[in-house]
Amino acid sequence: MTLDAKIPVGPIQEKWDKHRFNMKLVNPANKRKYTIIVVGTGLAGASAAASLGELGYNVQNFCIQDSPRRAHSIAAQGGINAAKNYPNDGDSVWRLFYDTVKGGDYRSREANVYRLAQVSNNIIDQCVAQGVPFAREYGGLLSNRSFGGAQVSRTFYARGQTGQQLLLGAYSSLSRQIKEKKVAMFTRHEMLDLVVIDGKARGIVTRNLITGKIESFAADAVLLATGGYGNVYYLSTNAVNSNATAVWRAHKRGAYFANPCFVQIHPTCIPVTGDHQSKLTLMSESLRNDGRVWVPKAKGDKRPANEIPEEERDYYLERRYPAFGNLVPRDIASRAAKQVCDEGRGVGKTGLAVYLDFADAIKRLGRKAIEEKYGNLFEMYERITDENPYNVPMRIFPAIHYTMGGLWVDYNLQSTVPGLFVLGEANFSDHGANRLGASALMQGLADGYFVAPYTVGNYIGSNKFEPVTTDHPAFKASEKEVDDLVKKLLAVNGTKTAHELNRELGLIMWEYVGMGRSEEGLKKALEEIPKLREEFWKSIKVAGTGETLNQNLEEAGRLADYLELAELIARDALNRRESCGGHFREESQTPEGEAKRDDENYSYVAAWEFKGTEEAPELHKESLTFEHVPLTQRSYK
Amino acid sequence: MMNKTSERPNMHLHLKIWRQLNAAAPGKFVSYEKENVSPDMSFLEMLDELNEHLIKTGGDPVAFDSDCREGICGMCGLVINGQAHGPRRATTTCQLHMRSFNDGDTITIEPWRAKAFPVVRDLVVDRSAFDRIIQAGGYVSVNAGNAQDANALPISKYNSDLAMDAASCIGCGACVAACPNASASLFTSAKVSQLALLPQGLVERKERAINMVSQMDLEGFGDCSNYGECEAACPKEISISNIARMKREYVRAALTSA
Ligand SMILES: Cc1cc2nc3c(=O)[nH]c(=O)nc-3n(C[C@H](O)[C@H](O)[C@H](O)COP(=O)(O)OP(=O)(O)OC[C@H]3O[C@@H](n4cnc5c(N)ncnc54)[C@H](O)[C@@H]3O)c2cc1C
Ligand code: FES
Repeated sequence: MTLDAKIPVGPIQEKWDKHRFNMKLVNPANKRKYTIIVVGTGLAGASAAASLGELGYNVQNFCIQDSPRRAHSIAAQGGINAAKNYPNDGDSVWRLFYDTVKGGDYRSREANVYRLAQVSNNIIDQCVAQGVPFAREYGGLLSNRSFGGAQVSRTFYARGQTGQQLLLGAYSSLSRQIKEKKVAMFTRHEMLDLVVIDGKARGIVTRNLITGKIESFAADAVLLATGGYGNVYYLSTNAVNSNATAVWRAHKRGAYFANPCFVQIHPTCIPVTGDHQSKLTLMSESLRNDGRVWVPKAKGDKRPANEIPEEERDYYLERRYPAFGNLVPRDIASRAAKQVCDEGRGVGKTGLAVYLDFADAIKRLGRKAIEEKYGNLFEMYERITDENPYNVPMRIFPAIHYTMGGLWVDYNLQSTVPGLFVLGEANFSDHGANRLGASALMQGLADGYFVAPYTVGNYIGSNKFEPVTTDHPAFKASEKEVDDLVKKLLAVNGTKTAHELNRELGLIMWEYVGMGRSEEGLKKALEEIPKLREEFWKSIKVAGTGETLNQNLEEAGRLADYLELAELIARDALNRRESCGGHFREESQTPEGEAKRDDENYSYVAAWEFKGTEEAPELHKESLTFEHVPLTQRSYK
Repeated sequence: MMNKTSERPNMHLHLKIWRQLNAAAPGKFVSYEKENVSPDMSFLEMLDELNEHLIKTGGDPVAFDSDCREGICGMCGLVINGQAHGPRRATTTCQLHMRSFNDGDTITIEPWRAKAFPVVRDLVVDRSAFDRIIQAGGYVSVNAGNAQDANALPISKYNSDLAMDAASCIGCGACVAACPNASASLFTSAKVSQLALLPQGLVERKERAINMVSQMDLEGFGDCSNYGECEAACPKEISISNIARMKREYVRAALTSA
């Protein structure tokens, strides 16, 4: 199968408008005859479900939490980008587009990114209309701040709780549709399979997490907005229930997986304290607006931070990247932190941390101003570490944060399975090899409010649908497979828990498929992962039964999928013998140790086709062309 | 600072945990000994370790809810030694660390207790009543694509900040668990207030107040008698003044409609 991204022809500024004009429409009276399944209630899922409900479709919306409002998007802290140019500092749709393509290290599709920048402004309008209380200036207008990878202030925020406020906005719209019976909400339902009939996505199979009941749902189109797969690494900034099951099972049903090795490591997270650690906590990138990153100049300098005089400190980001300073993109900041720690200049008990220091900002702006901007983050830091960042610098270290890779989608956000659309972090679409801060929220809401409602309508309008019910043999077969898998997990009755095995997988991934990747390391990972998978099926121990709420069973099922996806991540990383964005191949760097792309050989999206768990997947390439943003080696100096 | 946690030795704790198979089954406290608890662990990581031990020894792990573990999703929530979310002010259960406890302590752990929050299993409860309260009117009716330019509507920073204070509610339900009447007034008023403070919310203000308050009663939550326990237990320090605002909104709506 050749990959067709279905990018509309014409000048980039006009593609989306023309495309919308060319779309087939569905008569308003007919919309209610179509059922659309939306899996996920994060920014992407909630906004899509609400918008499709508003249009008149019959929507069924699923999530694993007890309420749609608890999706992982709620935890986003720093902000959301838009090209409003309210500060009059030179921003524009074109600049946001340019920054995003460059920030993604030229591994995203120009047409998609341009559309994202175009609709970014509508998102802010929509959210304000919903009553999202964005930060404002004294004159009553909206306030902006800067984020990494940009030299303009285009980030809108609601204290350090932007994701919460945006999600609650989308959740309120969703709630209205639930009340109007346009959306049927299924909480605590985990999608465990995609059902494909006659080559089209026609439904899903779920497990009711309270009763254990395996159920089928039929529809005319299925939208996955199930988030990222960072928890393959065990420790990440993701919520503990974030997982890859929905996308992985869809992959096994024919959806190609694109660029799985593009994983973002966030530079500013609270360092690990011990084996008990269940997740890592992010300290928002917005802190780099005012915090200065440093380590001691001398190796092994164990003095407390305040005893290290100014001239013995190395503000290494400001030194190496004078133009962007502490606001370089995430991949660059993370790698720089790793380098200084590798040199033995890391701080704290483990030596795996660097300082993020607010002393200068407090002196310059006053404690009150800092409190106003970052108060809740400082409190969170103190609760976790028992240290007060107003008095001593924060200690931070990189951690797995976001996955740019995901299911392959075309310009319409449709996967390689017709009728299966993928939105938000779950798709691979807009961020290339590195996502800029405050752009995930933008993308999730763009997909859900402004893209999918059109493109899904076009799909419905231009296809004929044979009536399908859940009695169809394909549903029965899927139900049986899901049920068998549950039984198989419960039957092993080994000696190791899901947490233990996931931690082991995480160590392999962090070591060999983390911040620095080499041919040798990746090959080692490709030996270790299948071994661990084998061990999993011999030694996993799952408590309880399948007929009740069983969180241990849920974890084991998700881990089974991670053990397969992990191998694909490593394989993709091995295939891509270049450094770009978050993917740093040791073999491909400049003399100064910066990432070196290889545009001649790797200017493509790697889309993998599933061929069987123990079979090698097949690689398909979608080549990328850059007509508007000239390919250059990224420089933030 | 005295007792920097990293210097404190690990602890041995006696846990008394509520166990209940499902909504219909009777529940009871079961005692567990938990050794080697690092003061740097979070409360939920301590329970994770207990569960690891239970799984390995053929026991039944304790069911409890959590997701973000950053104090923002509102999924976690335990009554710890009689207090919703435990002893630390303005802190969710997931953000509570074991340094708040001492070696040899006995810790009692229960689910939220309220008629409108039936127990699902062990420490997990059903809070869908909260969703239904929001569905009753906790929104502005604006379809995607309907909006005007965001800066066409200036809003005073003062009101916007107050709205944000109210909007910080994470919907965890601690207010209900802490209230002697199991009232959901703090939760409901946070949403009513947020939208009453903003011009966007004014059009539907009356129906919103009436419908959300009625839904709250319908779900079986109790009345508010101004005990103030909700505010004290709220991990996001949502102010009880929101309840007063909701009452004003309700009276205003009741007097001016009909
Ligand atoms: C700590 C943190 C801070 C961040 N800060 C920012 C920021 O400031 N700015 C920014 O732009 N981005 C930020 N991000 C990234 C951003 O939050 C996420 O990329 C984005 O919210 C993802 O949204 P989503 O809708 O795609 O998925 P999610 O919000 O992850 O939602 C996934 C949904 O899918 C459901 N689901 C998953 N699997 C299944 C299944 N099998 N069956 C049924 N339902 C399922 C879940 O229940 C949930 O409802 C941050 C991320 C983290 C971790
Ligand atoms: S787990 Fe999210 S608030 Fe505690």
